[in-house]
Amino acid sequence: MKVDLTVNGTNITADVEDRMLLVHFLRDVANLTATNVGCDTTSCGACTVLLDGESVKSCTVLAAQASGHEVTTLEGLATNGEMHPVQRAFHTEHGLQCGFCTPGMVMAIVSLLKESPHPTEEQVRNGLEGNLCRCTGYHNIVRAALAAAEAPAEVSA
Amino acid sequence: MSILGTRVIRTEDPRLLTAGGVYVDDLRTPELNGAARVTFVRSPVAHARITGIDASEALAEPGVIAVLTVADMDDLAPPPPSSGEWDGSPAPLGGPWAEPLLAIDTVRFVGEPVAVVITDSGYQGEDAADLVTVDYDPLPVVLEPTAAVSDEILLFPAADTNVCVAQAASADDTPFDACDVVVERDFVNQRVACLPMEGRAAAASFENGRLTVWVSSQNAQVSRFILAGALGMAPEQLRVVVPDVGGGFGGKIGIDRDTITLAWAARKTGRALRWAETRSENLVAMTQGRSQLQHIRIGGSRDGRILAYRIDVIQDIGAYPRIGGLLPFLTCLMAPGVYDIPDVQAGFRQAVTNMTPIAAYRGAGRPEATAAIERAVDLFAAEIGMDPAEVRRRNFIAPDKFPFQTKTGAMYDTGRYEEALDKALAAAGYDQLREEQRRRRASGDPRQLGIGLSSYVEITAPDPDAGETAKIEVTDEGSATVYTGSSAHGQGHHTAWAMLVQDELGIPMDRITVIHGDTDLIPVGVGTYGSRSLQLGGSAVHKAAIEVKDEARRHAAEMLEAAEADVVLDTSAGLWQVRGDPDTALSWAEVAGHTSGGSLIADVSFVQDRPTFPFGTHVSVVEVDTETGQTKMVRHVAVDDAGIVMNPVLTEGQRHGGIAQGAAQALLEEVLYDADGNPLTSTLADYAAISAPDLPSFELADSETPTDLNPLGVKGIGEAGTIGATPAIQNAVIDAVAHLGVRHIDMPTTPQRVWTAINEAQKASHQ
Repeated sequence: MKVDLTVNGTNITADVEDRMLLVHFLRDVANLTATNVGCDTTSCGACTVLLDGESVKSCTVLAAQASGHEVTTLEGLATNGEMHPVQRAFHTEHGLQCGFCTPGMVMAIVSLLKESPHPTEEQVRNGLEGNLCRCTGYHNIVRAALAAAEAPAEVSA
Repeated sequence: MSILGTRVIRTEDPRLLTAGGVYVDDLRTPELNGAARVTFVRSPVAHARITGIDASEALAEPGVIAVLTVADMDDLAPPPPSSGEWDGSPAPLGGPWAEPLLAIDTVRFVGEPVAVVITDSGYQGEDAADLVTVDYDPLPVVLEPTAAVSDEILLFPAADTNVCVAQAASADDTPFDACDVVVERDFVNQRVACLPMEGRAAAASFENGRLTVWVSSQNAQVSRFILAGALGMAPEQLRVVVPDVGGGFGGKIGIDRDTITLAWAARKTGRALRWAETRSENLVAMTQGRSQLQHIRIGGSRDGRILAYRIDVIQDIGAYPRIGGLLPFLTCLMAPGVYDIPDVQAGFRQAVTNMTPIAAYRGAGRPEATAAIERAVDLFAAEIGMDPAEVRRRNFIAPDKFPFQTKTGAMYDTGRYEEALDKALAAAGYDQLREEQRRRRASGDPRQLGIGLSSYVEITAPDPDAGETAKIEVTDEGSATVYTGSSAHGQGHHTAWAMLVQDELGIPMDRITVIHGDTDLIPVGVGTYGSRSLQLGGSAVHKAAIEVKDEARRHAAEMLEAAEADVVLDTSAGLWQVRGDPDTALSWAEVAGHTSGGSLIADVSFVQDRPTFPFGTHVSVVEVDTETGQTKMVRHVAVDDAGIVMNPVLTEGQRHGGIAQGAAQALLEEVLYDADGNPLTSTLADYAAISAPDLPSFELADSETPTDLNPLGVKGIGEAGTIGATPAIQNAVIDAVAHLGVRHIDMPTTPQRVWTAINEAQKASHQ
């Protein structure tokens, strides 16, 4: 079937299998490989992207469902070569090691901070329940989220 | 001022944070254009004879290029015969235990690969794999370690036993007979999943007689060695590339049969192939960790001296003994931990079972040793009614006894165990915590406080003589390239190696490129496991930098017409000059330009005489709801001493991750099977992977006791957090309910187990 998505501001039209998942569309059609697949049960959050500004797990959305909508992936987060405050905070707080969960984590936190601009540590931890990381023990990811919330620049997606 | 020891944030991150890494499945390299997808057909039964495979229906599906089984592997030599005796190397035993690439006539675990389907797209592969009909004639299964060692049902009839490696413990009861108190108990150190966020993945392309394999691995060079042997190719005919790797944790040491099969299939079909496993595959077919049944006996005097300790391990190694006796061997080697115990007896039997093969998982044999002794010490302390911190203190190896030869044959290099304990107790506020615990016990608070200790020592770089390689090239542009045999998958090698080079050569980090994981560029290397990277790989980089510097000094002396002894390097500016004469300054670019080839090169390997032994103490504080059995981690305080800290940012990251994996095993995670050997935890919806709300922020206290075994004074930190944290948290949970009569709860200490333990203890006390 024919789908028509705006991904990171660019319009992409393609003819895809009905069952194609959004994550596979992003990786194989749009050739944006930052978004990773980490499980097959919507449990790990590695594939988290923003759909019309809200975080979704792109392994659980059909490309067809996203047709006509705007998708933002990690690649679309920086503006004019400047990292988004959440990306910057991940760097300064050492919020990533192997980097595989990172695109999903970053997008989940962007969304979380949009809903709750000044969260407590507990709110951050609960908000990240659906995003797994095996390297960091979440410690520095939580610190990065809290640091980004306090960053001077406006946090927006 | 040296950059070493300072907080340097990672050079790896900007790329990972803006574009994402390039993991195997992200590769868009021309050789993989139009690559076909590999999908494995895996056994759905735990133990069966294969009586037939029919691929005709699958072959008729659109997009199906081939369906291959072991019958197509006629171009491979059978594996070499083996005596079946373990020679101490972490390699499969072969012989009667040989593991085929694809099942021959028997499957021995759910998830064992039986056939591969090659299709144009991944979706087609999943469809077609479902259409490959395999007829299975079920065989009885062996799951429990005790059943395995009984040899009533054999996995490998030709071997005539399920016990593939054994090392008997001395069974001398005399030292126990002399004790005031002896405690004896079984512990289950449960099977857990490695669970790197990127599962296994590989791609391969065969062109002009040369096979290139991209693989998510902890060791490119070891992978090439394994592939060369398995495929009967000369190493020069093979190139192994390890791109970004999304975590390993031991499960990606070398390569396993699935990747070898993919590489073989690429050669066989002439098609470029790629494969990235699903999580459901990962949770049944990637090697798993731990899985020991431990029987311990600990004895001592009423004044708190431990006089004798025995541990007998049955290691469930899963369906194929991939890693020899290495894991229980390390458990036995590290059995006495930080304690000076006059008599230690340690032995193991390693047995095959109808479950996923077991291999290294963060700590690999040492967390099991620490869990056993630290639980045993707590049982002993409870029996004599002494505070567990005090019992530990009375039995530590004294700091003036190092290097210390243990009763099990380890040579501990350096250690200050009591100091680590004191630091951890002070940081935790141990006395106040005990006071709070007394208050809650007295008031009958349903939320009881548990305080758990673990004082540990572990072995890092357990294979120091294998060493590591490094090559540094400084060009006439003044930049440096480091080629390392070590293998990064999240640890921060690229940052750390650049720091070492900047410190030694004065070339700024942003002009230093670090390359790993390509056998064409780095033919010799060992890789990353056993917390070996910094002490071996980092020391190799340090050694190469010194050699480059020596070479540069010769050239600079010639250029400056000065004696070599008078030529010095100002590392703050990266300039060579005659001592005391800044006007003579030469840049690295100028010195490198003076060589015939336009670059300065040093190519070295570094070996260490012995392994190193990091140590520390963890204090875990938990709240246990005695009405529901629910545990909440409240605080976790860790003192981890792995020698000199080169970059606190990286060290802390390793410790954080290690602690979380320890907490995962102590509280939540367990791979489960039903009575027929069907996995019950084969998805992330079923496997209780630890997540952010399960954990508190961690409190780390610093301690640096250098080793003299390498020039950097460093030990390994990759696994220490897991080794220290696991028993501290388990001990804390048990401590929370100890006053209710509970002495032990096996991991994971789930609400159900805690609740049951409380109720059984209460029933027993009312009888």
